[in-house]
Amino acid sequence: MFDKEKLESVKTKKEEWDCGPVEKVCAKFPERRPTFTTISGEEVERLYTPVDIAGFDYDNKLGFPGEYPFTRGVQPTMYRGRLWTMRQYAGFGTARETNERYRYLLKQGQTGLSVAFDLPTQSGYDSDHPLSMGEVGKVGVAIDSIDDMRVLFDQIPLDKVTTSMTINAPATVLLAMYLALAEEQNLPYNKVGGTVQNDILKEIICRGQYIYPPLPSMRLTVDLIKYCYEHVPTWNTISISGYHIREAGSTAAQEMAFTIANGISYVQACIDAAMDVDSFGPRLSFFYNAFTNVLEEVAKFRAGRRYWAKVMKERFGAKNPRSMMMRYHVQTGGVTLTAQQPLNNIVRVALQTLATAYGGAQSLHTNSFDEALCLPTEEAVTVALRTQQIVAEESGAADSIDPLAGSYYVEAMTDQIEEKIDEYMKKIDSMGGTLKAIEEGYIQREIQDSAYRFQKEIEANERIYVGINKYTMEEPPPTNLLRVDPKQQEIETKKLKKLRAERDQKVWKAALGRLDEVSRTDENVMPAVIEAVKARATVGEICDVWRNIWGEYRPKEFV
Amino acid sequence: MTTKKRIKVIMAKPGLDGHDRGAKLLARVFAEAGMEVVYTGLRQTPEMIVDAALQEDADVVGLSSLSGVHNYFFPRVVELLKEKGLDDVLVVGGGIIPEEDVAGLRKAGVAAIFGPGTRTDDIIKFIEDKISGT
Repeated sequence: MFDKEKLESVKTKKEEWDCGPVEKVCAKFPERRPTFTTISGEEVERLYTPVDIAGFDYDNKLGFPGEYPFTRGVQPTMYRGRLWTMRQYAGFGTARETNERYRYLLKQGQTGLSVAFDLPTQSGYDSDHPLSMGEVGKVGVAIDSIDDMRVLFDQIPLDKVTTSMTINAPATVLLAMYLALAEEQNLPYNKVGGTVQNDILKEIICRGQYIYPPLPSMRLTVDLIKYCYEHVPTWNTISISGYHIREAGSTAAQEMAFTIANGISYVQACIDAAMDVDSFGPRLSFFYNAFTNVLEEVAKFRAGRRYWAKVMKERFGAKNPRSMMMRYHVQTGGVTLTAQQPLNNIVRVALQTLATAYGGAQSLHTNSFDEALCLPTEEAVTVALRTQQIVAEESGAADSIDPLAGSYYVEAMTDQIEEKIDEYMKKIDSMGGTLKAIEEGYIQREIQDSAYRFQKEIEANERIYVGINKYTMEEPPPTNLLRVDPKQQEIETKKLKKLRAERDQKVWKAALGRLDEVSRTDENVMPAVIEAVKARATVGEICDVWRNIWGEYRPKEFV
Repeated sequence: MTTKKRIKVIMAKPGLDGHDRGAKLLARVFAEAGMEVVYTGLRQTPEMIVDAALQEDADVVGLSSLSGVHNYFFPRVVELLKEKGLDDVLVVGGGIIPEEDVAGLRKAGVAAIFGPGTRTDDIIKFIEDKISGT
């Protein structure tokens, strides 16, 4: 981009500037800190110049939006064509209550649904299971059977919305329910679109909603991917998630690196199951976090897109450009929110939204300002959605594609993060792959070390967090918190009792028997799961079939 | 010469909640402060937590919950500890716990609730003061 002579001259002038004016000012007024770093600990220079991106080759590093290596975005027109999908993750209490929240959000201009399931559903337990005590309907909606699913989407035509479901270990079961529901609405499978998270590796690494050991878990993941390729072509079969890795304490570069490492494992598993990389590659999607340091986040997203494109092309030999596109959803950073002075969180979320827009995401959930205190109230959810709408419609961030490209800082930081991703990938490969690295606790330890370092920095006031270690104040306890009815479990238990009494026992038993049989072979489990949910088998019953065959995963704890 | 007995802490995650960043971080910080720490891992029932406290002869049980189940689990752990005669075990909690629930939890026998943003050395000091005071 710059000729050698020009670079030499900039370099010389920069040195003169460093030794001249800068030194003089610093002698009198020292800088605020001896070194500056991003929230992830990436070193930040005083000033970036062409010298910092000396070898910069536009075609090789950036290219054009919609073209390899997709650094500048995955679509040719990006938000000038269509804004990102505003998709608020929601769910609590009964299917009826959540259905009302969905219809409210759709009326407010939200363009996609995102289902939060309660922890029993996510762990494959029915609401009346002893381990579900206290958890029913708490962090999401309780879904036990197709009956609940029907209520959840009441008056919502499934061909008019796309639905993202945060479900992993039992992803096949919830997808089966959604497909059965589509059939009830007389829709062919190719008319419904959406995403299941279906990312078991990050559950094992840090999110904790696993059921089975890694290998049978991966088999369910691959079965779902394969089934959708054949029958539900518009479904995003997996959302390979860095979000929770970041929440657990990782840096931005680690978030991207470990997510891509997990992605490589899934791609390899599908190839091992005799699938062509270009058959399932275009349906892979990703899910990331956005913290408040805008430029670091933008660099992370750009570096990740570029790295993934290379992985798919060079490592796996993909031919279809769509297989090389890292399409992703973003959620703003839950852990960046403070319980102290909660209204400040609106500002944090706005900056994170800006970072997401500059970064080129396909969809976004913005957190509500009260989430460090409780589940979000309707008021807080509305402000969060409006934040996206303001950034999209007023800030101008959506009007030109990848507008920060070419910034010496952003390009240098993009390279810096890409190098870190590459270092991690080499390390993980040398350990024998992601599963090995997880088994040995390497990835978990790297994340925990970063979390620990961050906490220490905050407590030593080396890093400032407004309302936590600076600008603190006395404030009255918050009011107007959202409460979930503690009677929830009773309500669900009654429903389950009724379901178990009234369903056709013969059909139900045969369906579960068939599922058991298929699961012991190499045959794809999806058709049998769909039959089971239609026979009104519950999430817990279906998951128990597999618990009996594969047992349950018990992780080693690495502290 | 008597050596001071190390404070023994059980860090536990009751229920199905998978958010264990805080629990693991505190386990490490406590260990560095000279305490002996056992982290139970996820998905603990109150019975499992109390069994661990009994077996390990714990001085402190730390409970972490971010999924809104504290009002059920925390008092239940205190109750079971009492049933097993472990009245002297200090129970503390943390996580996403609304201020208005704190009084009820304290009444139920939870010595303190540490919300988001608490300094870890404040937690250590609280535990050390309580244990040496008894």
